[in-house]
Amino acid sequence: MDAPAEILIKVTINGGQHRLSVSPHETLLKMLRERLLLAGTKESCGEGECGACTVIVDGRAINSCLMLAAEADGSEVLTIEGLASGGELDPLQQAFIDAGAVQCGFCTPGMIMSAKALLMRNPHPTVAQIKQALCGNLCRCTGYTRIIRAVLDAALQPGGPRAPQDTGEEHAEDN
Amino acid sequence: MRPFNYARPQSLREASQLLSTHTGRAALMAGGTDLIVQMGRGLHSLELAIDIKRVSDLGDQVEKMPGGVRIGALTRLEDLAANEVVRASFPALSEAAGSVGSVQIRSRATIAGNICNASPAADTAPPLLAYGAQVNIFGIAGRRTLSMERFFTAPGKTALLPGEIVESLDLAFPKEGTGSAFERLARRAGMDVASVSVACLVWHSGSVRLGFGAVGPTPIVAEGEETDSMDWVGEYVKPVSDIRAGEDYRRAMVVALSRRAVKRSRKRMGEDA
Ligand SMILES: Cc1cc2nc3c(=O)[nH]c(=O)nc-3n(C[C@H](O)[C@H](O)[C@H](O)COP(=O)(O)OP(=O)(O)OC[C@H]3O[C@@H](n4cnc5c(N)ncnc54)[C@H](O)[C@@H]3O)c2cc1C
Ligand code: FES
Ligand code: FES
Repeated sequence: MDAPAEILIKVTINGGQHRLSVSPHETLLKMLRERLLLAGTKESCGEGECGACTVIVDGRAINSCLMLAAEADGSEVLTIEGLASGGELDPLQQAFIDAGAVQCGFCTPGMIMSAKALLMRNPHPTVAQIKQALCGNLCRCTGYTRIIRAVLDAALQPGGPRAPQDTGEEHAEDN
Repeated sequence: MRPFNYARPQSLREASQLLSTHTGRAALMAGGTDLIVQMGRGLHSLELAIDIKRVSDLGDQVEKMPGGVRIGALTRLEDLAANEVVRASFPALSEAAGSVGSVQIRSRATIAGNICNASPAADTAPPLLAYGAQVNIFGIAGRRTLSMERFFTAPGKTALLPGEIVESLDLAFPKEGTGSAFERLARRAGMDVASVSVACLVWHSGSVRLGFGAVGPTPIVAEGEETDSMDWVGEYVKPVSDIRAGEDYRRAMVVALSRRAVKRSRKRMGEDA
């Protein structure tokens, strides 16, 4: 087979427009990390199992290790680097810090992007909904309880209160 | 990943032509959640990935039709699980779609990719079998429709001919006085391929139609009468032992899940009445 020709794509990343020449078999993850040096998005399993590579494409959380850069042509991509604005962390990032939801931090960008996609769709999720949204993100350190707490806290911030019976304590550890 | 080429056809005809001219060396790519993993593991020696997500004559929605629904090949499992009509009339399919992988996987994975990958454990297969889905297929030589029962031929193999593409799936609304449900057993609550899965459609009269996953070389369909034990379903399955479960355990669980699915279907029948 002839060496595959590079493909020209146009993609919006964290609000900025990019024209890039990518290899046909290059993953979006590789493009973000190695071409754009956006190394906040992590690679671990490379097979969709761990969620470390999660980014938001056209409003949906996806595994960037399972998407080709070429497929992102014409799309809007949001990565962890795109959350803070004007030197201020996104409330969700701040909530992760405040809740002590970060230990080694390797899973954190993926966790936050999955949680962000959830909050964009559903600003006041229940614990069950948070667990569902994060079930594709593995964490080897925290035991998940504080991560769920952080998402609940962030959900509380700008809008109205969540349902009072939903404290976030019950079964938060058995995710 | 080994290098390959990438094509993004605009029409079914173009996609099918690409596929036929590269027989054995090209594969369609929808969500890529099976294909890219397989490529990463070096299981294919593909030269060309044909991305069909922008084929303008392929749908990515559930359309209501007279007497049923038509599910576009590109419908994502996340959208299928959330669809109101599907939830109301085909709850077993909604439950099955919602149980696949994670949000990230379901946001990319398509219904056609799930059945065309032809894993014996494909989660949408049991409900599609139980509801008697019809598969609409496009080929350069013409279109044809195949019943779901004849679609799976062996592990990883379907009845699709070279160059053929699944265009959509048709499901007829179940008759009044029926209920349906999906049951699935996995080693943990999220992100695990099913060890055993069962979907069933129960008629008020006691007739049942079931679909089974992960208990044979292909997904399996069975028809019979509702009984207390449901042990007759054991006759239909040919489970094997693997890392997820042993053969005997699978055989026992397919009976237990069938019982559970029938019970839940009965309950749903009551809710409708
Ligand atoms: C982490 C992880 C977890 C998973 N968990 C589950 C699970 O719990 N249950 C489950 O069932 N699956 C699971 N899967 C498998 C996979 O996500 C599903 O099978 C998915 O539905 C495949 O759809 P896709 O669009 O991504 O397919 P693709 O990977 O794009 O394609 C799969 C196959 O179908 C062919 N194909 C695609 N569309 C068409 C078409 N229209 N016509 C003809 N051929 C076509 C392709 O050529 C390819 O051979 C998981 C995968 C991963 C990576
Ligand atoms: S690196 Fe993508 S899911 Fe693990
Ligand atoms: S904080 Fe270390 S993996 Fe989650």
